[in-house]
Amino acid sequence: MKENPIMRLAVRWNLPFMVVFALYTQTHGELGPGGGFQSGVIVAAAFFLYGLVFGGAEMRRVVPRWFTDLLAAGGVLLYVGTGLYSMFMGYEFLDHAAVMPSNPGGAEPWGMTLVEYGVGLTVFAVMMTIFNEITEGTNPEDNQTGESGADTEFGARA
Amino acid sequence: MNYMMLIDVVLLALVIIAGIAAIEARNLFAAIGLASAYSLLLACFWTTMDAVDVAYTEAAVGAGISTIMLIGAIVLTGEREIVRRAVHWPALLACAGVAVLLVYGTLDMPRFGDPDAPAHTHPIYAGFTQQDVMKDPSGKSFELAQEYAAAHPDHSGDYFHGHVPNQVTSVIVSYRAFDTLFEVAVIFTAAMALVVLLRGRRGNPLKGGLL
Repeated sequence: MKENPIMRLAVRWNLPFMVVFALYTQTHGELGPGGGFQSGVIVAAAFFLYGLVFGGAEMRRVVPRWFTDLLAAGGVLLYVGTGLYSMFMGYEFLDHAAVMPSNPGGAEPWGMTLVEYGVGLTVFAVMMTIFNEITEGTNPEDNQTGESGADTEFGARA
Repeated sequence: MNYMMLIDVVLLALVIIAGIAAIEARNLFAAIGLASAYSLLLACFWTTMDAVDVAYTEAAVGAGISTIMLIGAIVLTGEREIVRRAVHWPALLACAGVAVLLVYGTLDMPRFGDPDAPAHTHPIYAGFTQQDVMKDPSGKSFELAQEYAAAHPDHSGDYFHGHVPNQVTSVIVSYRAFDTLFEVAVIFTAAMALVVLLRGRRGNPLKGGLL
């Protein structure tokens, strides 16, 4: 699919908009619809498209595996850390009032935002991991033996 | 019949048509397109029911990422369906039975938009709408909010101080933050299981594919 100019152009034009829209979803989780889960899925979808057109190896060059592994664990840790922080501050686990004890109602959106960032990072990283691990080794170009499978030119058949 | 009813009926009819067409389509590429359209139409329907968060998720997951994943899959498998259409009676019976049970389950539910439904009279709702509730002493939620304020002076009268404009976010990451924490842990575990099982297995049976 790499040689198909329409696919290349479609991905190149759509990817930045998808990522920006996902960031909007992430940062406005407590104000409008959406949140960490949706934004993580949208960013992952943008990179899936990139991988579908330019190949998995190229996608892993842009988003390496060590990076997604780090993000998956980091997101969960950020979530748990928010809860543990409120515990150490003398509140209940995940009581977001601990973020700003002088104004519990005003602290709530801040706690929610932190937690949502954790969710978003983990979901993005987990989606990328699923894509990477399932498609690993299925690209004829990646195989050193050079054996190629069935017709893999998506553009030629569609 | 009001206009919303008309829109709902048209949308649901289109959802059913898209669903049946997605099952019946022989060309798998067309089937994926129809399944994507099915999800998008369902998202429109959720929006008319004011469930925008559900609609957002349906559009992002159902119409977005799963479509891309399925397109990746048909590049691996091929585009035509191998037709084998004998009716599997036990499966059909099981599906019909579950459908009947589900419909039976909805009979107990309150009517859509019923002001006396538990969702609208429960203390949580009173907490969410407290600013408005406190201005209307005749409402049912007013008493609940007052009761809670008397019982919990340390929360300065709030049943639950998670007032953000999006109530769904409020519930998911504040009121039920513990649930969401373990949902995140579950998907993290899924990814780690994939890493343990599949990473580095170059000689896997999916040889000769795309990516």
